[in-house]
Amino acid sequence: MSLMQLTAVELGKKIKAGEVSVVEATEAALNAIEAKEDKVNSFVTVDREGALKQAKEVQKKIDAGELTSPLAGVPVAIKDNMCTEGLLTTCSSKILGNFVPTFTSEAVLNLQKAGAVILGKTNMDEFAMGSTTETSAFGETKNPWNTEHVPGGSSGGSCAAVAAGECFYALGSDTGGSIRQPSSFCGVTGIKPTYGTVSRYGLIAYGSSLDQIGPVAKDVTDCATILETIASHDLKDSTSVERKDTDFTSALVDDVKGMKIGIPKDYFGEGLDPEVKEAVLNAAKKLEEKGAIVEEFELSLVEYAIPAYYVIACAEASSNLERFDGVKYGYRTKEYEGLHNMYKKTRSEGFGAEVKRRIMLGSFVLSSGYYDAYYLKALRTKALIKKAFDKAFEKYDMILGPAAPTTAPKLGESLSDPIKMYLGDIYTISVNLAGLPGISVPCGVDSKGLPIGLQLIGDCFQEKKIIQAAYAYEQTREPAFSPLLAE
Amino acid sequence: MANVISDETIEYVGILAKLELNKEEQERAKKDMGEMLDYIDKLNELDTTGVEPMSHVFPVNNVFREDVVTNGDGHEATLANAPEVKENAFLVPKTV
Repeated sequence: MSLMQLTAVELGKKIKAGEVSVVEATEAALNAIEAKEDKVNSFVTVDREGALKQAKEVQKKIDAGELTSPLAGVPVAIKDNMCTEGLLTTCSSKILGNFVPTFTSEAVLNLQKAGAVILGKTNMDEFAMGSTTETSAFGETKNPWNTEHVPGGSSGGSCAAVAAGECFYALGSDTGGSIRQPSSFCGVTGIKPTYGTVSRYGLIAYGSSLDQIGPVAKDVTDCATILETIASHDLKDSTSVERKDTDFTSALVDDVKGMKIGIPKDYFGEGLDPEVKEAVLNAAKKLEEKGAIVEEFELSLVEYAIPAYYVIACAEASSNLERFDGVKYGYRTKEYEGLHNMYKKTRSEGFGAEVKRRIMLGSFVLSSGYYDAYYLKALRTKALIKKAFDKAFEKYDMILGPAAPTTAPKLGESLSDPIKMYLGDIYTISVNLAGLPGISVPCGVDSKGLPIGLQLIGDCFQEKKIIQAAYAYEQTREPAFSPLLAE
Repeated sequence: MANVISDETIEYVGILAKLELNKEEQERAKKDMGEMLDYIDKLNELDTTGVEPMSHVFPVNNVFREDVVTNGDGHEATLANAPEVKENAFLVPKTV
């Protein structure tokens, strides 16, 4: 077994036992990146020198007994929308193509405190707007299971890097499914935590009321361990929640007896690929065999989540992205006449087509005369969607369904029809609107050999329940590596 | 298409969004926005009478604290990212 096939926690144990040094692990990851980037393009920036320097420092602290975290010394990749001091942070956009942050985002800081070694920054859809990682200004990322297919998005670089074995784990962010959908497409495990669990300080905002940072890794144990490390109450994020129950690894128990699992009938209708359906229902059967009580029910309002999401997310994006004006950082147009012309030309040249599309829509729905009809209507819909989930969780411990309606589409097939692409987020988006936690775990491959993801959705603050069920399900399967990691 | 976006609307939204679209981009934006709004109009099927707009999923309250500076002087590092700088300040085109 190659070093890169180890999970983050397995590697952490070997480092602690002195069987592998932090420099060895870091070099293994850097060499894997060098060997595979031509095929995958998961990274925007690889920090070879910085990573090796961190590795030496972390090793010293481990040897001195100062670092005892299970993740101490384990190399990680960070999605390129989280600020890292002194390290280029582009959001995969031309407008931030030269931006070097002066501070580090809180989630990354929490990892560094635990002794993580940062390898570099992963590719994404520009400003996290997209479902395929094809809207990146720095080229598309490819799916390690089949490089003719997309890795999903927007955290496609993070998920592909984990699946290809270019890092031991990664951080992603999820605004409408951006961790769970690419995790599903790349055959890795990812968690979107309850809103407010991980600080958003230093995360370049897209839809602030929906954005959450979360882990992407090879298995559930890694994800629980990473989430436990990055979760914190942070005064620098006004929506950060003070939680006492972030000991997520305590839920790594192989037991689902008596757990009530609801399967929404409305998640299994039109548009769902039959092979995905079969794999997900088989997973439900496995949980039932282990003692869970599995029942079908009607969640309702599913088809309203996507339109509500696009109004809210685009409205927030149009406001959040106003800061990119060519004055304080990033790109500035070369020729202009006066201040306003400079703003307009800078933004028009700096943003890609999908970002402009969403800023335009967001500006429109917030404009006078349309605010009530679109923006407030969407917020009212959000309240109804939350209520539907509340009702479901009165009866069930969790909701089970697919993470995405299909497996990964081919490169170049998605961007021409935005609404069709948006529909791919149908099972993930309502989770963000309601602030809920969700996990995607691999549950098989289709006839093309592309991975399928099972999604478990919990009530607010009930990550432990979905972690426990996902862990129990995982015990019924053999881990599967992408061809790029298996070789 | 139920929602027909006029040239004037696209121009107005362009001003709000501070984006300068060329002719081709304007045409595309008109089509895209019209289609998106048609799709979003699906929300009108829902009766939301009496439903409060929900901005936060959890009840949030103001938390007050003393206004104390905790970060140091970072002006040099901050200005290092600026496209143009003059005398320790961001340089912008003449505005008045």
